[in-house]
Amino acid sequence: MERAQCIAMLYPELEDKLVVTIMGASAQELYDLGHRENFFYLQHAMGLASSIGLGLALHLPEEQVIVLDGDGSVLMNLGGLATLARYRPKNLLHIIFDNGSLLSTGGFDSHTTAGITDLAAIARGAGIEHVAAVDSPMDFGEAAVEALERDDLSVIVAKVKAVGPDNYGMDLALPENAFRFKRCVQERKAAR
Amino acid sequence: MTVSYDNSKTIFEGIKAAGITSISALPETWLGLLLQRAEDDPDMQLIQVAKEEEAVGIAAGAYFAGEPHILLMQNHGMFGALNGIVSLAQLYGIPLCMLIAVRGHWGEPYPWHTRGGIVTEGILQALSIPFEHARDPEKVGKQIQEAWTFSQSSLSPVALLLTRDLMED
Repeated sequence: MERAQCIAMLYPELEDKLVVTIMGASAQELYDLGHRENFFYLQHAMGLASSIGLGLALHLPEEQVIVLDGDGSVLMNLGGLATLARYRPKNLLHIIFDNGSLLSTGGFDSHTTAGITDLAAIARGAGIEHVAAVDSPMDFGEAAVEALERDDLSVIVAKVKAVGPDNYGMDLALPENAFRFKRCVQERKAAR
Repeated sequence: MTVSYDNSKTIFEGIKAAGITSISALPETWLGLLLQRAEDDPDMQLIQVAKEEEAVGIAAGAYFAGEPHILLMQNHGMFGALNGIVSLAQLYGIPLCMLIAVRGHWGEPYPWHTRGGIVTEGILQALSIPFEHARDPEKVGKQIQEAWTFSQSSLSPVALLLTRDLMED
């Protein structure tokens, strides 16, 4: 299974959600499907995508928040899983694409390669009740539908191949993304 | 030496008066009474983190959400949050209003705090993070309000350093 397939499956569902992605391939693959104002791409500060998602979810209970994370980033902020479990926002779906690789920074194996470290087990151990581990597009789709209907904090760990897009680049300066994302969030809030 | 009950109350009242409704924090001794008040206040959302860098992400989420939010941490905790401060807040222009218990300065009896205290101001200066010391309970409320205002207008991290004079009796 490739991450780009999963993101393409999710894409139609993302229009009315708030989406935070990590850097590199995940951000690029989402952007390449068509940027929307409700997408925030965290192009650095590895590990903090889930923390941004938590800050959004706790303060915007009427929104559904989806975080597109990766194994390398999650490994940099394992404590964040415990914080998610403690505050358990009902409106947060944390998707971890586990390609076993630090793909965006040279393709070095991450700790999850060959199943040595099990991020789904870590998420469960952190206290998150709804954790799905999937490795096929059908299972990913099912897990995503269940999570979005669940009305509870959910984590999906999706095993994907260590491949990414051929070309990188966005016509979107980083502060511009932040300003426009904030404006989009505020407009949605005002429209309610 | 004990943590000042009266000044913790004054600081919390200053936070409330500045219109803050949400706090992310990692508890430490000087901040304990303050965080207890935050936890007991039904109008204040307190989010305790496992490591201070998470608070930078949470603060960014709160900022996007339009929720007035501050961070409470020790100076050593700020060191652990530096990449988030630089590569999220400063890179994207996201304000952070940080109230930092500054350990390891004049009069510090504990050896383990000293090195961090000695380098704190230099680190803040190197990162161009504006900072002020809070020493006087008469002034701290205004300083919190000003720190908040400046963080929002500059879209930048700012630090109010809570000193021994203020935090201990």
